[in-house]
Amino acid sequence: MTPRRVAVTGIGVVAPGGIGVPAFWDLLSDGRTATRGITLFDPEGLRSRIAAECDFDPRAHGLGPAVTERADRYIQFALVAADEAVSDCGIDLAAENPWRVAVSLGSAVGGTTRLEHDYVLVSAGGKRWDVDHRAAEPQLHLAFSPSTLASVVAERFGAQGPVQTVSTGCTSGLDAVGYAFHTIQDGRADICIAGASDSPISPITMACFDAIKATSPNNDDPAHASRPFDAHRDGFVMGEGAAVLVLEELEHARARGAHVYCEIGGYATFGNAYHMTGLTSEGLEMARAIDSTLDQARVDPTEIDYVNAHGSGTRQNDRHETAAVKRSLGAHAYDTPMSSIKSMVGHSLGAIGAIEVVACVLAMAHQVVPPTANYETPDPECDLDYVPRTARPRKLDNVLSVGSGFGGFQSAVLLTGTGGRTR
Amino acid sequence: MSAQRSGRTAVTGIGVVAPNGLRTDAYWKSVREGVSVLDRITRDGCGHLPLRVAGEVRGFDASAFIEETFLVQTDRFSHFAMAAAGAALDDAGLSGKAAGSPYSVGVVTAAGSGGGEFGQRELQKLWGQGSRYVGPYQSIAWFYAASTGQISIRGGFKGPCGVVASDEAGGLDAVAHAGRAVRRGTDVVVVGAAEAPLAPYSMVCQLGYPELSTAEDPAVAYRPFTSRARGFVPAEGGAVLVVEDADRARRRGTAIRATVAGHAATFTGASRWDRSREGLARAIQGALDEAGCAPEEIDVVFADALGTPEADRAEALALTDALGPHGTRVPVTAPKAGFGRAYCGGPLLDIAAAVLAMEHGQVPPTPGVFDICHDIDLVTTRARPAELRTALILSRGLMGSNAALVLRQGEQA
Repeated sequence: MTPRRVAVTGIGVVAPGGIGVPAFWDLLSDGRTATRGITLFDPEGLRSRIAAECDFDPRAHGLGPAVTERADRYIQFALVAADEAVSDCGIDLAAENPWRVAVSLGSAVGGTTRLEHDYVLVSAGGKRWDVDHRAAEPQLHLAFSPSTLASVVAERFGAQGPVQTVSTGCTSGLDAVGYAFHTIQDGRADICIAGASDSPISPITMACFDAIKATSPNNDDPAHASRPFDAHRDGFVMGEGAAVLVLEELEHARARGAHVYCEIGGYATFGNAYHMTGLTSEGLEMARAIDSTLDQARVDPTEIDYVNAHGSGTRQNDRHETAAVKRSLGAHAYDTPMSSIKSMVGHSLGAIGAIEVVACVLAMAHQVVPPTANYETPDPECDLDYVPRTARPRKLDNVLSVGSGFGGFQSAVLLTGTGGRTR
Repeated sequence: MSAQRSGRTAVTGIGVVAPNGLRTDAYWKSVREGVSVLDRITRDGCGHLPLRVAGEVRGFDASAFIEETFLVQTDRFSHFAMAAAGAALDDAGLSGKAAGSPYSVGVVTAAGSGGGEFGQRELQKLWGQGSRYVGPYQSIAWFYAASTGQISIRGGFKGPCGVVASDEAGGLDAVAHAGRAVRRGTDVVVVGAAEAPLAPYSMVCQLGYPELSTAEDPAVAYRPFTSRARGFVPAEGGAVLVVEDADRARRRGTAIRATVAGHAATFTGASRWDRSREGLARAIQGALDEAGCAPEEIDVVFADALGTPEADRAEALALTDALGPHGTRVPVTAPKAGFGRAYCGGPLLDIAAAVLAMEHGQVPPTPGVFDICHDIDLVTTRARPAELRTALILSRGLMGSNAALVLRQGEQA
């Protein structure tokens, strides 16, 4: 039996530098950066005091006090991105069978920003282990439960099919899209609201990445601090945001005459079983994930037109990833543009995988490869075409998005153009 | 990937760390005998909180199960998960470096509360002393993916790895997720969930759940399906399974303890227990359909048993909605009434109990419950001997998920 095919029919995004798909694409295609000194809290004392923040006013995006009083910032991001995606796809969800509508959303750290906020209240500023519950906010349990994310989004759209929150560290977004792909492919739903959200710009999350020197200390020049693949890269710049896609069984989309952006051609994930935060210089496991997606879609490595890199800007990541892509694409890797939008919007942990998939959808829609901003000095260990600073028109039929996460997760999603092959 | 595959997911290993037993055999003995271990919470810094009763894992020496290098970088919830995974792999005959490609073994866990005790300790350092006192392991101990990552690294497992960060029902979803990975070609998946939600701040975070029982007397704190149901009590611990393709298990000569035959999940909204009736009934029907199982084939139901009157009523009615008249006749049990609800770990403990119940031909009782006020055949007081070939496991989450899973004894398809 031929597997059911899965189309992308709607997209929405909340990203640093602009809320909504048009502003996001303007930023990427202009090669502008949205990294700056942290304003969400006072970062004094931290090693890395920079981030890519969203200038986000929930009221401007239709979220009333009933929502904002209960929902954390990362859930508000997801709601706004989901509103845009659902509106974009043109489905009247109220007319769909709700038991056939699923939700699959990722988040690496979920409600930790609220958890930290209330921790400070109940512990008298970190003074007591036997915390005082009377100082906690009444909605704290919603921050404690990671499934609040998918639950709140499902309730907003009346989804009653499988609803899940995925939390595989920094591959959460890619994996949430992958799980959604499987959910539709296997016939467990016809429509899936898929994506990811994180708002990790908080003292505890910044401090824990400080502790392992994973984030950039380039506080003097935040606009140029995120430098993936550049010889002078010195760590990632924290980000925040959300992206949501509406995935739909292809025949379901065709039957209603929907605009189909592209199809999900394949998804795979493997563990590196190596180190919770470390990466090898070989990239074997990521290469295997890439190979698997190509097999699933019966796409030859030479047919890959663009690789959207994880490209976090840490020494080890960019080397690891370059090796993985060379291993999978062979000599064709040198002819394939590979860029990292983290150079512009930072690294929003679990959210970024979904934001990058949306960037790939837009790249295909516009037939333009977004650049790697701030790339100036080549690194001999990273010798591919990273699309320095300027977006590039290119025919894009098959596009890969890859990611690595703490815990050893290595994931890949392949997008295939609508004019492409049938399987 | 193996040449011949049955497409059926076999359970070949079970590992348990539970409040009523630190090993699978001890757990089964307590479950069969209907022992209740619910008690006042004794974890450090918790005594003053208005959540009094829980199922604590006591006497667990993590260093007896896990190497020091892993211990220092992990929370208690990962200790439970790693210990249970080790026991499950031993049980499946896969301990040590298993033969075959490292890519043939995946790891999936469900997580609903994360590394709360570790996280609180680091938050205290940050806010009490300063950011430079936050340790290097906070970034990998607190987050929901910690257990999957550490089990993968410890065992050298490079297959598909996943994490469902979920409410309780995610425990069943994780097992279904593992089953799908097997059907897609992975030989073996280590799948489970374990939780440690009894650190002081984690407990404060749970106080807002409207279904939480804050009773002070362990004897009455968690009494599902009775007229005096007043909510649930949380628990620590969980279970891990080894699942693999049934044909592969047979070829390597491993006993197939049970087969995961069907699963389905629905969503009906957080704390909308009235609506969970339809959601749960549809999940049961979906799981039966996938299993090719008639309602009358279900020999025992492991209930969600949330323990509030509205939720219990919805579950009892859902059984009849989905199973017809059989819904009032089939034996129903809730062993967790004796040790609490371990969030995502709860459904895994139910799966473990169901496999053991089928192997021993005994439906374990629901501890501490006598006065049932719903039209179901709830097994109470003592275990009931019965030939058990097919079990139905139910779970609902506080955030609105409903899930059902059908298990067949041994190799039955």
